[in-house]
Amino acid sequence: MTALLEVQGLTVNFRIGSAMAARLRGQPPPDLKAVDNVSFEVERSESVGIVGESGCGKSTIAKAIVGLVPISAGSIELDGIPLTEKRDQATTRRIQMVFQDPGSSLNPSLTVERTLAELLRVHKIVPKDQVPERCGELMDLVELPRSLLRAYPKSLSGGQRQRVAIARALALDPEILIADEAVAALDVSVQAPILNLFNSLRRDLGLTLLFISHDLAVVRHVCDRVVVVYLGTAMEDGPTEQIFNDPRHPYTRALMAAAPKFGVKKEPGKSALTGEPPSALDLPSGCRFRTRCPLAQDICAETEPDLVESETDAEHLVACHFGWTEAPA
Amino acid sequence: MTFNEYFPSPSDDSSSEQPLDSGGTPPDERGLWRRIPMKAKIGGAIVLLYVLVALFAPVIATHDPIEIDPVTRLASPTAEHILGTDELGRDIFSRIVYATRVDLPLGFLGAFLPALLGVALGAMAGYFGGWVDSVIMRVSDVVQAFPAYILIIALVFALGQGASSIIFAFTILGWVAYARLVRSEVLRVRTLDYVHAARVAGLSRFRILRVHVFPNVISQALVYLPSDIVFATLALAAFSFLGLGIPPPTPEWGAMIAEGQPFIRTNWWFATVPGLVIVGLGLGMSLVGESAEEALER
Repeated sequence: MTALLEVQGLTVNFRIGSAMAARLRGQPPPDLKAVDNVSFEVERSESVGIVGESGCGKSTIAKAIVGLVPISAGSIELDGIPLTEKRDQATTRRIQMVFQDPGSSLNPSLTVERTLAELLRVHKIVPKDQVPERCGELMDLVELPRSLLRAYPKSLSGGQRQRVAIARALALDPEILIADEAVAALDVSVQAPILNLFNSLRRDLGLTLLFISHDLAVVRHVCDRVVVVYLGTAMEDGPTEQIFNDPRHPYTRALMAAAPKFGVKKEPGKSALTGEPPSALDLPSGCRFRTRCPLAQDICAETEPDLVESETDAEHLVACHFGWTEAPA
Repeated sequence: MTFNEYFPSPSDDSSSEQPLDSGGTPPDERGLWRRIPMKAKIGGAIVLLYVLVALFAPVIATHDPIEIDPVTRLASPTAEHILGTDELGRDIFSRIVYATRVDLPLGFLGAFLPALLGVALGAMAGYFGGWVDSVIMRVSDVVQAFPAYILIIALVFALGQGASSIIFAFTILGWVAYARLVRSEVLRVRTLDYVHAARVAGLSRFRILRVHVFPNVISQALVYLPSDIVFATLALAAFSFLGLGIPPPTPEWGAMIAEGQPFIRTNWWFATVPGLVIVGLGLGMSLVGESAEEALER
């Protein structure tokens, strides 16, 4: 069975500074590798989480998949068809995205109804006379009262705006819904119902979900599978429960140890992750996590570990020299 | 660490959400007139008054504004000439009324044309970026490097006296402010998520610019427009005062102030009343502009 979405060796470079100036100095043009050789697959109706610290390239992966940023190398295939930045309307419809900031994700000069109706009309999702009815159905779908169709974004709360943003994405009947930190800007008490909405949409519409978040608790609640990303590259990839119960990568372990736990007092000085990640412009040699890794050995500085699967479980992959063996003491 | 340590069990979310997540109500359409601030009503009324005077000038004026009457030169206000007559015996009140037909349209045009040009160029510079942006912005730098009035005088001198030269000169100069305003707004808006969302939804560039970018960048330029109309009217009066504006005998407020200036000791109303008329229009426009700005901030 081929995967619905297949990301192979995805690399996204951002040009920073002047290419001309670099060439004059005899150096290669200065590029920032926001995403570096990332591969993963998403099965139909599956929910995959991409987690990592801020600035690790999570959002760039999402933007590459929806075509907001150009791909520098590698490929993204939807049902075996390669996707590029330019794509036709029919392909565009199949992958939609919900953005992070509820404050800026809706056009302030359009009512909710006009926001939704524009997409329904442009893509001819339903016949013209059924557009208002479909707008109402979309509101039902995201559990908002239909009366809010006449409201402008400024009179909606953060949670309501995010529901409208989800409705807008659903208006095009997508197969894949990408949620980029879709609940990060919301109050914790509003997060939970939105996450449950994602879960029920997935169940009822058979949506495939790509959930991008820095919040492990959120990902655990929504996702079947998790890809842990550090400095633009995948560190660990596996079923959610397995990753949470038996994390193999020291970075994954550190992330989990760093997450706050309710009712558990953290011992001072025992934080697993210290300092900031190194600059993506000046990556360490070998394994890019070694500068912050408690297990780092000489080999880590020499060769970059590949993402390899466990001997017992082909579903669980780790990019660490000591992922499946014990580190030498 | 589990999810339920953060949140109550997912099953009771609907009850916990309601009080926090149901703030917004659709805007109330009634009471619109009551919600317009007094400032805007007064400003609007003043501007409307000027427009009506311009439209019905022949009805309001008591005399022909350019008819010379050598017998009654520099008359004081009488029942016949309610604001007296000028040096050539023309009725000052009628001239002020007819001048509205010159100053008001030229003031509007002198602000609208630059606004039109500036908004278009600014939107292009901001949205397309690259060399389009560079060219437009460098040209605007060149225009801004000159002192405004000197450049207008030079242009009017080169093109010959008259309304069209003045409007042309205003346009050449005035677009810069609008272009910069709109460009910076476009640069802000184009990085916002709703523009990204429109791109992800596969909408065309033109549609995104028209529906999602333009309506959200135009407000600043619209707020600036009334004060620019004031500026254009004042500048027109100033140029006519200097003898570079509307050629005689067409009545024009600035020119009338200039004509009345020598007689300020004996016939003070001659120069003063046209001046007050300009002040009145400026006040009206400023009030409209200010309330528009406040309405946007709300």
